[in-house]
Amino acid sequence: MIDLQGFGLQLLMGATMTVEIALGACVLGLILGLGCAAMRLSGIAPLVAVAKTYTTIIRGIPELLVVLLVYFGSARVLTGIAESLGYDEYVELSPFVAGVIALGLTFGAYASEVFRGAFLAVPQGQIEAARALGMSPAHAFRRILLPQVWRIALPGLGNLFLVLLKDTSLVSVAGMEELMRKTSIAVSFTKEPFTFYAVATVMYLGMTVICTLALHIMERRANLGYRPLTTV
Amino acid sequence: MEDIIARLPEMLIGAVTTIELTLLALAVGIVIAVPMALARTSRLLAVRALPYAYIFVFRGSPLLVQMFLLYYGLSQFEWIRESFLWPVLRQPYWCAVIAFALNTGAYTAEILRGGIQSIPKGEIEAARACGMSPFLMTRRIVLPRAFRIAWPAYGNEVIFMLKGSALASTITLLDITGMARSIIAENYLALEFFGLAGVLYLLISWSFMRVLRFVEVRLNRHLTPPPQPADANA
Repeated sequence: MIDLQGFGLQLLMGATMTVEIALGACVLGLILGLGCAAMRLSGIAPLVAVAKTYTTIIRGIPELLVVLLVYFGSARVLTGIAESLGYDEYVELSPFVAGVIALGLTFGAYASEVFRGAFLAVPQGQIEAARALGMSPAHAFRRILLPQVWRIALPGLGNLFLVLLKDTSLVSVAGMEELMRKTSIAVSFTKEPFTFYAVATVMYLGMTVICTLALHIMERRANLGYRPLTTV
Repeated sequence: MEDIIARLPEMLIGAVTTIELTLLALAVGIVIAVPMALARTSRLLAVRALPYAYIFVFRGSPLLVQMFLLYYGLSQFEWIRESFLWPVLRQPYWCAVIAFALNTGAYTAEILRGGIQSIPKGEIEAARACGMSPFLMTRRIVLPRAFRIAWPAYGNEVIFMLKGSALASTITLLDITGMARSIIAENYLALEFFGLAGVLYLLISWSFMRVLRFVEVRLNRHLTPPPQPADANA
């Protein structure tokens, strides 16, 4: 058995933090992604331009750079905003919030493409039918469009979540104490880099497997109405 | 603004390092990916197992951990430090290249597998019926077809590798991100220099996409309709 020299609990705490950041960023990213997809599909030129710029920039620069920008750039922007509002204090994001924002921004840019594709995949006739039945646009969106978009977007979003889970390791660079950072701390105490980074790898793999299984179950549920025909 | 212009040459040197790292990793990654993808599509479980495990491990864990495992991890073993490989594995540059190559190799293998498996069955049967040996068939039919089908997906992987190369900055390499971080450590202009780094990445990924698109058009030349004569309507 591998001797973790008392760092086992620390690593587990790190893994919990990793999951928390991933879930937080996922929620933020889903909101951003939905909003962005709606803007892209609205057909209103300035909204389309804003959404396009956001997705192009985020998808073209490294995740690590986004993380660094949010961590080290946000303080000055926030302090500037606070000053213009009449406060003269130094404003700073907590590492957790900054991490969630950085990864959520990335997730949102990719999710918006997935959502956009899913919205376009729902036949227009269904919306028309819903409207013809007297549903309000909001009602039709909630009862007709969203459940189907969810079903179509789920595989794409699942992949994005797996990418996000691995990208959480990047916030360790800025000092956030998630699994990667806890591992590095353990390494600097024990001088056994291979052992601990290997353990971290196995823990990430474990999380990936659990998420893959969970996504599988969610996809099955979302597809309940779409059982493939077994007879020809 | 003056700060940025004064430091631009350094950032451009960083850009060269980034491009170098990316292209090296992609080249080695392809060399790994082709046999892995072929083995992954084998009918024999024993042949399939190794690429399956390789792809699972490298796609399931963060690139950062893989790089640290290689760069910091290997030094734990006496026999590696005394082996002939140590002069290579001691250098962050080669550790980054190896880690990136192994990582992108796994993703590329999976992309290629998709390409191989979506070749119409009839083409394989036709090649067999023409009397091609498995090797000749792989070289002349399977791989060219798989590459053509997989090319758009591979293009995404190229961009991901470019973005992943920013991680090299965490093991002291001075690529675009590394250079920006070291400049910021001197002058604290985080927004300006990370912003500049972002612009450089955007430019590089844009030019990569142009090249990828050009190759895609060339690969599919036989499928594009011939150009219409200019005076078709005259």
